[in-house]
Amino acid sequence: MNAVDSYVTADGRTIGAPVMEMKNITLRFGGVTAIKDISFDIREGEVRAIIGPNGAGKSSMLNVINGFYHPQEGEVWFHGKRRHAMKPHQIAKQGIARTFQNIALFKGMSTLDNIMTGRLTHMKSGIFSQMAWWGSAQAEEVANREVVEKVIDFLEIQAIRKTPVGRLPYGFQKRVELGRALAAEPKLLLLDEPMAGMNVEEKEDMSRFILDVNDEFGTTIALIEHDMGVVMDIADRIVVMDYGKKIGDGTPDEIRNNQDVIDAYLGVAHE
Amino acid sequence: MSANFYYGIEVFLNGMMAGVLYSLVALGFVLIFKASGIFNYAQGVMALFAALTLVGFQNGQIPFSNLINAVFGTNIHYFGWNMPAFLAIICTLVVMIIFAYLVEKYVLKHLVNQEPIILFMATIGLAYFMEGFGDLMWGADIKKLDVGLPQGGNIWLEENTAFLGGPDFYGFYLDNLDMWATVFAGLLVVSLVLFSQYTKTGRALRAVADDHQAALSVGISLRTIWVIVWSIAGFVALVAGIMWGSKSGVQFSLSLIALKALPVLMLGGFTSIPGAIVGGLIIGVGEKMFEFLIGVPFLGGATENWFAYMLALLFLVFRPQGLFGEKIIERV
Repeated sequence: MNAVDSYVTADGRTIGAPVMEMKNITLRFGGVTAIKDISFDIREGEVRAIIGPNGAGKSSMLNVINGFYHPQEGEVWFHGKRRHAMKPHQIAKQGIARTFQNIALFKGMSTLDNIMTGRLTHMKSGIFSQMAWWGSAQAEEVANREVVEKVIDFLEIQAIRKTPVGRLPYGFQKRVELGRALAAEPKLLLLDEPMAGMNVEEKEDMSRFILDVNDEFGTTIALIEHDMGVVMDIADRIVVMDYGKKIGDGTPDEIRNNQDVIDAYLGVAHE
Repeated sequence: MSANFYYGIEVFLNGMMAGVLYSLVALGFVLIFKASGIFNYAQGVMALFAALTLVGFQNGQIPFSNLINAVFGTNIHYFGWNMPAFLAIICTLVVMIIFAYLVEKYVLKHLVNQEPIILFMATIGLAYFMEGFGDLMWGADIKKLDVGLPQGGNIWLEENTAFLGGPDFYGFYLDNLDMWATVFAGLLVVSLVLFSQYTKTGRALRAVADDHQAALSVGISLRTIWVIVWSIAGFVALVAGIMWGSKSGVQFSLSLIALKALPVLMLGGFTSIPGAIVGGLIIGVGEKMFEFLIGVPFLGGATENWFAYMLALLFLVFRPQGLFGEKIIERV
């Protein structure tokens, strides 16, 4: 596919040019190579899935995109520009938000406060203005609070708004974490196993939220998921990783019929 | 009512005000512990350093004058002017902010993700460094600190309460300085609580205290937050330094008030700002009342030295997280 192509999906969404391009990424921890020479892109407006067996390097890949890890080789291109090594908080300011495999919420804070932290990159008032709770700082709090309320409505978590998130059941915590990432109005949303450990009903809810986010706000989403059924349903394109290598890349149909992928998942008969 | 009853009340009130002063020190600990999980051993020395710097500015002392004199054979000590208290406080605050920045740049930055015990050791080193640095900068002699707060007993209160307890009672004797300290500490706590609850930086502070990774992922710079936290702790140290320094002079023993803050933290919990206040009050009132009711009549007095630690020990046995600390829950 040509890099500047854009096309319209069967359900009427427009997929644009690549926002994020990973070029020949290699990541090592000491002697262990977690990611070996992987390239792929994420296009604007699409739901891109990264799948693979345990230990395939999926989370490491997400951490590279998000800046927690810096690859030894390869280039990361964001919005058509090469991105130099940056701190995670700087990358967050560029519009990349994420959730974590093992929920990383601020457990002592309420749902509302947690989601408000997602707005930090949008708040500019100086510390003295905040101390005086005056002028711009106050207006800013009110404006951002409105965005947060929309997110809360969207995720249907009005009832737990004031509850400290440490007390919430797992499924709700996952939802609050998604809310915090959404509040940042990210250009690229990274979801690390958003459905891990959920029952069927919770998975359905979460899938619906992910699709709605993509559909309503046009947010580009990259997600890691284990549940093949879910991935095949919601992803536009899928990257398959195994032992740090890319073994497949394409639409769900292409992946379903990819022999390497079938081998990795079902095992190969050795004669 | 007998005069003794009113003396009891007086002791109680004095205990509360002493407690507030303990709280002020404990507050500095809590702020840093909450935001970075570091038990900052240097908090007491920070109060000493802040007080020394304040006196230095007020008196127009030349920093490092002893060092300069020794090296260059000169004999200079003072600029020859006095700075008004208000200006001196602002200048000291600027010094404490610079100090916070340097601590982050040269100590904390290099110790990210280390064990708490290593960070604790670093703060012990920091405490000794600051102690020496303070001496070198401003000299080791005992100094008098006067920022214009009223000193001595409050005559008005004494005269107007004398009628309460009959001929043997002369009215409540409360120190003016203690009362001002109470007012300032109260304001400080209220503003800190409001700041951390209702502003974006306050929220970021709490976020960093909770989870570093998650904080980074929403765009919070840990370094900025640490500088802010240490600056606020420096400010609290300054207030504590002013109050204790005005009371008993600025001298090395000022840094030992940190030890009195420990039982306060055990009681209030290491992570709770209101806890530091309530813990301070309980310790302050507790030790004064214990001395008054039990210590002097039955134990021969001088119980104030150990009562606080005894109480802290009891708390450790029955409620290790303190009164307001986060409950320690281990999910299995």
